[in-house]
Amino acid sequence: MSTATFRIWRGDAQGGEFRDYPVEVSEGMVVLDAVNQLQAKHAHDLACRWNCKAGKCGSCSAEVNGMPKLMCMTRLSAIPLDRPVIIEPMKAFPVVRDLATDVSWNYRVKKKIKPFKPRAPDAPDGTWRMAQADVDRVQEFRKCIECFLCQDVCHVLRDHHRHDDFIGPRFLVYTAALEMHPLDTEDRLPELKQAHGVGLCNITKCCTTVCPENITITDNAIIPLKERVVDEFYDPLGWLAKQARNALKR
Amino acid sequence: MAQVEWSPAPRRFGETTRPDAWWAQPLLVFAGLSAFVLYSTWAAFQGKDYNFGPYLSPFYSPEIFGDSPHALLGPKPAAWPSWLPFSPALLILWIPAGFRMTCYYYRGAYYKSFWADPLACAVGEPRKSYLGENSLPLILQNVHRYFLYLALLFILVLAHDVWKALWFAGAAGQTTFGIGVGTLVLAVNVCLLGGYTFGCHSLRHLVGGGLDEVSCAPTCQHAWRCVSGLNRRHLLWAWMSLFWVGFSDVYIRLCAMGVWHDVRLL
Ligand code: SF4
Ligand code: SF4
Ligand code: FES
Ligand code: FES
Repeated sequence: MSTATFRIWRGDAQGGEFRDYPVEVSEGMVVLDAVNQLQAKHAHDLACRWNCKAGKCGSCSAEVNGMPKLMCMTRLSAIPLDRPVIIEPMKAFPVVRDLATDVSWNYRVKKKIKPFKPRAPDAPDGTWRMAQADVDRVQEFRKCIECFLCQDVCHVLRDHHRHDDFIGPRFLVYTAALEMHPLDTEDRLPELKQAHGVGLCNITKCCTTVCPENITITDNAIIPLKERVVDEFYDPLGWLAKQARNALKR
Repeated sequence: MAQVEWSPAPRRFGETTRPDAWWAQPLLVFAGLSAFVLYSTWAAFQGKDYNFGPYLSPFYSPEIFGDSPHALLGPKPAAWPSWLPFSPALLILWIPAGFRMTCYYYRGAYYKSFWADPLACAVGEPRKSYLGENSLPLILQNVHRYFLYLALLFILVLAHDVWKALWFAGAAGQTTFGIGVGTLVLAVNVCLLGGYTFGCHSLRHLVGGGLDEVSCAPTCQHAWRCVSGLNRRHLLWAWMSLFWVGFSDVYIRLCAMGVWHDVRLL
C-alpha cells in the first residue's frame, strides 16, 4: 500500500487555503474514497457532498487536478499520484464550505424554462403515439444526472459570471429535450435567443468534455438549438420559404 | 435573480490547477490554422502555376477569369482597375474561407487558440468582458448556412475538375483518357471536402434535424442519419480536408514549376 498526498481546498465564502493530507492508496480506489478516508482520519470537519457513489446522483461534483469531475467516478489509477492531487470546489457557484457549493441557482433557472406542453392526445383513451426514432434523439438528454459539472466548466458562467443572462449547458440540454420532443408544442425560441442566451455559448465544447454521462451537449443539443434560432430570427430566405409554405397550406 | 458571487479573486490569464499539457491542443490548432492561412494567402496572390496539364488547383477553381485553359469567361477583364491586385483565386476563395470561418467546429477552435476565450477548458481568461455570439460582430456567424449553400456548389465544381483531370492531351493533339497521381490527389480532395461539407451542422439541421417528428418524413430521416454519421467526425473531416486541399495546391504548383514530375498511372 502506498501513500499519496491530497491537497484539499479548505475554507468558506470569505476565503480559504489548500491543505495537504496523506492518503493510503489501495487498489480500485476512487477520489471520493480518498476524501472519505482523510475526512475520517485527519479532517473530521471537512465538508463534502456525496450520496450514491455510483455516478448517478450527481452530488459529488468537484474539481480534481483543475478539471470538473465526479469524485466517485475518478479512479486514482487514472491520475498521477507522484505529486499532490488537488481537490477544489466547483468555481461557477458560491462556496458554502470546503468542497460543498451552493448550486441552488440551477434550480431557479430550471423553473424559468417553459414546461412540457404536449399536443392533444392521439387516441380517445388519452394516450399518445410516438415513433421510436423520434424519441431516440431526445433520450440522450435524459441521461443527465444534474451534476452541474458542465455549468462549472462553462467559461460564460465560470469566468464571465453571466448567470443572469445565460442558462448554461445543462439547461440548454434540458430545453433541447423539450423543444425536440415529438409531442411538445411549446415555443421556447424567443427566450432561447434573449433571456436564456444561447448566443452566449461560443461552442468551445468544454461542457461536452466534462459530462460524466457522455452527453454530446454541444453538437446534439446546443448547435441544433442555435440552428432553430437562426431559422426563426436570422435567415431571411428561410423566413420567406416558411411564409410561402404557410400560404400554400392555407 | 441575484448575481452569483464567488469568493476567491477572479482568475488571472492562464491560471489553472490543471497539471496536464492543456496548452498543447490550442497551440497545435494555432500552428495548423496559421500555417494554412499563410500558405493559402500566399498561393492565392501568386496568380500563376495553378494548373498543370488537365489539373487545376482547388484554390483556383472555379476559375472565372484567368489565363489557363480552365478559365470559364476568358482572361482578366480589361476593365479591371490596374491598382487592384488580380488573381483568379481572389474571386472565389472568399467562399470556402467564409464557410470554414463560420463553421461551428472552427469557430470553437479559433475562439480558443486565437482569442483565448477560453484558451483551454478551466483555464483563466485574459479578458473580463464577453459578448459571445449574441451581438455584433460574432452574431454574423449565423450566416453559416448561406456559405453552406455555396460550398455545396463547390463540391460539384471540384468533382467536375476530377472528371477533367481524367483527360490528358496526347502528343498529336488528341485527348486521351488517363489517370495521373494528380488525378488521384484531386479525387481524394473532393472526397475529403465532401465528407467535411456533408457533415455540416447546418446541413444536419436543414435536412431533417429541424423536425421534431423526423420519422414522418422518411427521406429527411435518412438524410439526417447520413449527415449525422459524418457530423460525428466533423473535426477529423475538417482537418483532413484542410490539409489535403492545401496539399493539392502544393502538388499542382510544384508540377507546374517543374519541381515535381507527375506520374501517369494509366
Ligand atoms: S460549448 Fe457553450 S455551453 Fe459548452 S462550455 Fe463552451 S460556451 Fe459553455
Ligand atoms: S449535462 Fe452532463 S455534465 Fe451537465 S449536468 Fe447533466 S450530466 Fe452533468
Ligand atoms: S456520489 Fe453520486 S454521483 Fe458521485
Ligand atoms: S458546421 Fe462545420 S461546416 Fe458547417
